[in-house]
Amino acid sequence: MALDRRLFARWDTAVIAALAVSVLAASLAVEGFASGRNAGFLVLDIAAVALIALPMTLIIITGEIDLSVASTLGLTSAVMGHLWVAGLPLELIVVLCVVLGAVLGAVNGLLVTVAGLPSLAVTIGTMALYRGLAYVVLGDRAVADFPFSWTGAATTPIPGTPIPWIAAAIALLAVAFGVVLHATPVGRALYAIGAGGQAAAFAGIAVLRTKFWLFVTAGAVSGLAGVFWTLQYASARADNGYGLELSVVAAVLLGGVSIFGGRGALPGVLAGVVLLGTIRNALRLADVAEDALTVVTGALLIASVLAPNALAALRGRRRPADRPAPGAAADPPVPTQPSTSGPTRELS
Amino acid sequence: MAEPTAPAAAPPAAPAANGRAATKVRRVRQVRELGILLALVLLVAVTAAANPRFLTAQSVRDLLLGATVLTILAVGQTIVIITRNVDLSVGSVLGLSAFATGSLFVAFPDLPVLVAVAAGTALGAVCGALNGALVAAARVPALVVTLGTLYVFRGVDHSWASGAQINAADLPDAFLGLSTATVLGVPVLAFAALAVVLAAGWYLGSYRSGRELYAIGSEPAAALLSGIPVGRRVFAAFVVNGALAGLAGVIYAARFGTVDATAGTGLELQVVAAAVVGGVAIFGGSGTVYGAALGAALLTTIGTSLAVLRINPFWQQAVVGLLILAAIGLDRLLAVRTARRLRGGAPRGA
Repeated sequence: MALDRRLFARWDTAVIAALAVSVLAASLAVEGFASGRNAGFLVLDIAAVALIALPMTLIIITGEIDLSVASTLGLTSAVMGHLWVAGLPLELIVVLCVVLGAVLGAVNGLLVTVAGLPSLAVTIGTMALYRGLAYVVLGDRAVADFPFSWTGAATTPIPGTPIPWIAAAIALLAVAFGVVLHATPVGRALYAIGAGGQAAAFAGIAVLRTKFWLFVTAGAVSGLAGVFWTLQYASARADNGYGLELSVVAAVLLGGVSIFGGRGALPGVLAGVVLLGTIRNALRLADVAEDALTVVTGALLIASVLAPNALAALRGRRRPADRPAPGAAADPPVPTQPSTSGPTRELS
Repeated sequence: MAEPTAPAAAPPAAPAANGRAATKVRRVRQVRELGILLALVLLVAVTAAANPRFLTAQSVRDLLLGATVLTILAVGQTIVIITRNVDLSVGSVLGLSAFATGSLFVAFPDLPVLVAVAAGTALGAVCGALNGALVAAARVPALVVTLGTLYVFRGVDHSWASGAQINAADLPDAFLGLSTATVLGVPVLAFAALAVVLAAGWYLGSYRSGRELYAIGSEPAAALLSGIPVGRRVFAAFVVNGALAGLAGVIYAARFGTVDATAGTGLELQVVAAAVVGGVAIFGGSGTVYGAALGAALLTTIGTSLAVLRINPFWQQAVVGLLILAAIGLDRLLAVRTARRLRGGAPRGA
């Protein structure tokens, strides 16, 4: 297990290194990449994924998943448009939308914790439900007459820099999530839950309550992302953010978070989000057809799970007896599983 | 427990207590599938009562035709989910196969239809084999791998098509005729879907390797210890699912005539939803293709029904979402009840 942990730590650094290399390569090879203007575009392009990836990381670390986040974004966007047409002030609408997101997340949380249903199935259901409700609210109309003072503000750069304000908001939230995950008992509890829910419960962790609040958080952040998305594109539509859930999950997994739960770190995830954004941005500037870029996303994702396994196999051959690394005693309890059961153990 | 000579195939129906338990579990499954069938019949009955034109031959034909693609995909997905895996790449495989079939006809307009069907299915099987190899041999989680290949296959599709589109005019009439041909008033394609459902159901229910898929999904480690070739079975499940997704792609091309690189986008979660609604447990080991097929039929019928009932069509997706939640809630309820009955059943004797 200690071996695995070291390898995952290495994957984390590998993603950050890959990010550095791709930024460097893109700056040298792609004309227009290394400009302030483009950096601003890049930030706006990845903002929604970056926001939602924060709570998604925590949820996947506990061994759950939330596929309804993009639909939550779409529903809050639709409601935002509806309320604006109804004449409410935007300040109030923004608050209501974040609250709505939290409520939608709470529904997921209740179904997972109280009803004891698998989160994968639950959030596929609420993904359809929330997206459906978004269409009920707004149909196929678009609301686009938001005041420029608001839509402009969403993309305005911080004075003196080309970076838009949303980057500061993301950074602030990322620090908050990072501190909670990596420097508080709550964060340790999340890893313990992901490593083995029953053991965590026996250790006195309120497993269900923790999971419930994680889903609420994911909903609230998705609601916030919905508000930002609407203002950024100055358009409230029911299909806003369609399919974004898979981009978020891909970025989180690419960042080294284990789909089994119990492993992963926030810096790697953020590097994963920016890496995907950078590659997309650079290839787009280099006139590579946008849709073909998805090959890169997919290949990176597969590599992210394949590489640690390949490394482990390689190391295992070289040094069969694994000795515990220093500090391994402080690790969360990891249930020993026969490695032979590897191929079919995911989702559990 | 103590049967050292026969450690193999899945739920053995042999000794008394075991047999009773197995019967009870089977009865619960049947109740579950009957429930879906009942819901489907009820939906059709209510809709037909409100508007008799819902049951005209033409509209029934459309309904059956509309369900074929989703049904075939749901059958394949069920085979994979039963082994405690999942395949999110089926929408992309369908798109790739549909475009490949169309391109094949553009290049060889006189190609026999059967060859095109075989080619599309084979392409799907190759995609499935790639997924299967990554999951079974490289031992990486199926959810991650197939999310990756979802993007890879779609990207390949896009760079191959590079903005081009196959039109019905490019396709021979013999091929497009597949979607309009009927036998005894029933579309040929619906018969094809039915054949796929029955064949898969027969295989999963009656063949040793089929039962082994359930054993793998119930407890992979135990399956391995009891001598089941887990890796080979899982690989085969992915290949079959890929082949069925390829077949669905051919049918998609025949049915719509117009194929671009976005065909089948977002279909993967709808397919998983159909299986879940049909009572296939998302963590494997339980569920049948009959249930999944009924789930697919129910999901497709809802759309048409709402339109006929003059309910705002925008409600369709929300209703589908509620249905998924109701289905997994019901499964949970049945599972809890079965567990209680199995535990309490023995002393009472019954």
